[in-house]
Amino acid sequence: MTDTALIEPDVLERVLSTALQAGGDMAEVFAEDAVTSGAVLDDRRIEELSSGRSRGAGIRVVEGETTGFAHTADLSESGLLAAARVAAAVAREGGHGTRTVALDQLAGHDRGERTLPGDVDKTRKLELLTRADDAARAAGDSITQVQVGIGDSRRRVLIANSDGLFATDDQIRNRFSVQCVANGDTGMQTGYESLARTEGFEIFERQAVEDLAHAAATRALVKLSARPAPSGEVPIVLAGGSGGILFHEACGHGLEADHVVKDASVYRGQVGELVASPLVTLVDDGTVLGEWGNFAVDDEGNPPGRNVLIENGILTDYMWDWLRARKEGRKSSGNGRRQSYQHLPMVRMTNTFLLAGNEDADEIIAQTPTGVYVKKLGGGQVNTATGDFVFGTTEAYLIENGRITEPLRDANLIGNGPEVLRRIDAVATDFDMTPGTCGKDGQSVPVGCGQATLRITGITLGGTS
Amino acid sequence: MSDAGSDVMAIATSVVDRAKSGEGLEVYVTRGTETEVRAYEGEVESLTSADSSGVGIRVLLDGDGPDAEAVGSRVGFAWAGSLDPDVIAATLADARDNARFATPDPDVVFAEPDGVAAIELDLWDDGVASTPTEKKVELAVQLERATRAADPRVRQVSSADYSDSRTEVALASTTGISSYRRRTTSFLSVDAIAGEGSDTQTGSGFSVGRGPGELVPDEAMDDAVLRATRMLGSQKAQSGRCTVVFDPRVTSTLLAIVASALSGEAVVKGRSFFAGRMGESVADAAFTLVDDPTDTRAFGAASHDGEGLACRRNVLISDGVLRMFVYDTVSARRAGTSSTGSAVRGGFAGTPGAGCRALVLTPGNLDAEQILAAVDNGLYVQSVSGVNSGVNPVSGDFSVGAEGLMIRGGAFAEPVREITVASTLQRMLQSIVAVGADLWWLPGSAAGQTLAIADMQLSGE
Repeated sequence: MTDTALIEPDVLERVLSTALQAGGDMAEVFAEDAVTSGAVLDDRRIEELSSGRSRGAGIRVVEGETTGFAHTADLSESGLLAAARVAAAVAREGGHGTRTVALDQLAGHDRGERTLPGDVDKTRKLELLTRADDAARAAGDSITQVQVGIGDSRRRVLIANSDGLFATDDQIRNRFSVQCVANGDTGMQTGYESLARTEGFEIFERQAVEDLAHAAATRALVKLSARPAPSGEVPIVLAGGSGGILFHEACGHGLEADHVVKDASVYRGQVGELVASPLVTLVDDGTVLGEWGNFAVDDEGNPPGRNVLIENGILTDYMWDWLRARKEGRKSSGNGRRQSYQHLPMVRMTNTFLLAGNEDADEIIAQTPTGVYVKKLGGGQVNTATGDFVFGTTEAYLIENGRITEPLRDANLIGNGPEVLRRIDAVATDFDMTPGTCGKDGQSVPVGCGQATLRITGITLGGTS
Repeated sequence: MSDAGSDVMAIATSVVDRAKSGEGLEVYVTRGTETEVRAYEGEVESLTSADSSGVGIRVLLDGDGPDAEAVGSRVGFAWAGSLDPDVIAATLADARDNARFATPDPDVVFAEPDGVAAIELDLWDDGVASTPTEKKVELAVQLERATRAADPRVRQVSSADYSDSRTEVALASTTGISSYRRRTTSFLSVDAIAGEGSDTQTGSGFSVGRGPGELVPDEAMDDAVLRATRMLGSQKAQSGRCTVVFDPRVTSTLLAIVASALSGEAVVKGRSFFAGRMGESVADAAFTLVDDPTDTRAFGAASHDGEGLACRRNVLISDGVLRMFVYDTVSARRAGTSSTGSAVRGGFAGTPGAGCRALVLTPGNLDAEQILAAVDNGLYVQSVSGVNSGVNPVSGDFSVGAEGLMIRGGAFAEPVREITVASTLQRMLQSIVAVGADLWWLPGSAAGQTLAIADMQLSGE
């Protein structure tokens, strides 16, 4: 299938004109053809292979501050025209007459050589599941349960709007995850590890699934002898690539312009101000090829950017989608994303990371007399209006006399974004990225997070001892 | 939509009729309509209206796969967000191909009618369809305006939403399953931001019903405003151990987590801290937990489960004693028992698993005020965060971010934030001080009540 096969340009032009018949400042067609497949090995069995297909278009009409939106799974001209009329119902100005829409030339994107999901034999995927299962169980006799998942997707999108914008993208993603349960005298513990890239099946030539399985199993095994985490404020050292979710929650969401313009962010009005330790330079960059939050155009047809959000501790800019950028008379920063054609776009992160510092990771630990070393983080959550955020540990250890000692059971950490960012007093060179799924307002999108080993002088750890 | 009802059923049946010999088919067909309005600063920020539909097909093949030694059946699944005949045909082909690769398993079967009659439930409100869009828009806009005006400390209303849905589901299979259910929901929610000086706090409120006529906008507004304004001036608390009183909304979240460990699927796969504890005392004697989807007051009420069997009332924990796990067909066979009518699935794109829909605790004797009055020194938690990252239903480890009010001498004292409360689920269930007499039918899979738990670790300064 060629890129333009989703909807022909002349059909798009007629649909956009129809969408603006009753008035409106902008009309947009977002069409999507997504194919996914997945398989799960659980309890030593290939339980189920699944495949899914979703194809449709979302049409929005914006008039002033109001957006009308409708979506349809019918990509025929009549189906699209019907959706356009529903979306246009919010525009009541009327009297604009017929507005002609002429689309720009479609620009191509060179994404390099990628293996298409449909070209990979299913048995090759299943072999990876079995290999990971074997590797996880070989890590220790106490591993009692292993669940391995593999999944891929191809998402072709087409965006056209009444300003003439016409863009497409062909996004291929692959993911692999291992979850282990270890059983010991003190009960059960779990360990998880995943790989996720905006690339084809070729990622498995570079990454041995056995390593992922071993990491997940080891994480569960180590915690069998873990003691309860301490409670109260403690210094913590976060390992490089431990999750990077710290910045995603501590400030990433608060720097999304939709929160900012509604006065629902602690970072509102702070551009040019010192909001973090001078060691913090934070970037959101959707252009990093292969990362989980990478794409050629966002879900409003704009190219992603390398957007510096915080530079040496000073807030430089927020992230923008088309709607919020228009309000400020500026351009989108390429952060308009949506879960599917059934959703309206909003400001979302892409790959958000802290630039590496110049200290040695081991040295940072050695210079921490007491504290907690967090090797792996789970998810998190933030209240952007207050800045309070939490994130969970899934592998952590005590630091005593500058040395990593006993493992700790899982716990959440809680802090306030601006306060915690000021308490970062060391950043190392060992930068790494991790994939994640970001949820906002009921929509999930793939994102990347990254950071090098760093230390926070004090944050509240929610343990029980 | 009564005609449409026979429509989804007809589609499901017509696909089942295409089964080849030696092949089982199970077809889930759904069709729905949604409206969503968001208001901001007295205007409509967005208005979404859409129809959506989809199909999920499971294929079961007899177990003469590539491995001659293996016995049992193999299952494959495929779904599509469309009811277009060509798309359905392609989806069926995908599911057939997927089935070829699964490990043969004697426990993998489709549900069969088990003689339990489904109770007919009225979960449909014609008001969702008959109420004009203008009226729905007005509900959201009015809620936004009223919340802004409710208290001078309300600085901002970041969202005020009205949403509703009409959904029909038909399920048919070659094993004789044929079920149809439909429901409507109507939802109103608001997020308030209160401020005083440099202090900012948030609160959310909602009202839920089968149709717009059941919604109580003032309830949503009052709750959002109260929750935001009473947190103004909040500080971090001192670390220590104390009794924690959970708001009904938080209790609902807790029950859903406890229920995930009561899933027979988690139990047979060794992923539940309840495994091997049947008949034992796992909770305080005041704790009786029931999953009853046949109670129409519950948001998750349903006549049929995700495999088309009748939903039924299941008593999971009675007076603190573990009485049963919930099962779908496959997990039940693995455990050597039968389905409890508890298959849940995430719409047409999901496959069945065992879970709860309508949890409720048997109410105690004390109302919320009486429970508070009995606490000399404790913490009232109005909301929690980080439930996904800090609660592990396998190990039972529990650590969540919290905000609320300290309790001193049986009354609310200063507001606190940026704290965590921690324990293990096992210990929390044994340390229940009181289950409230109050009962709130909340959205989600569990109702909520005030719940007091002794001796939890509060982390703050």
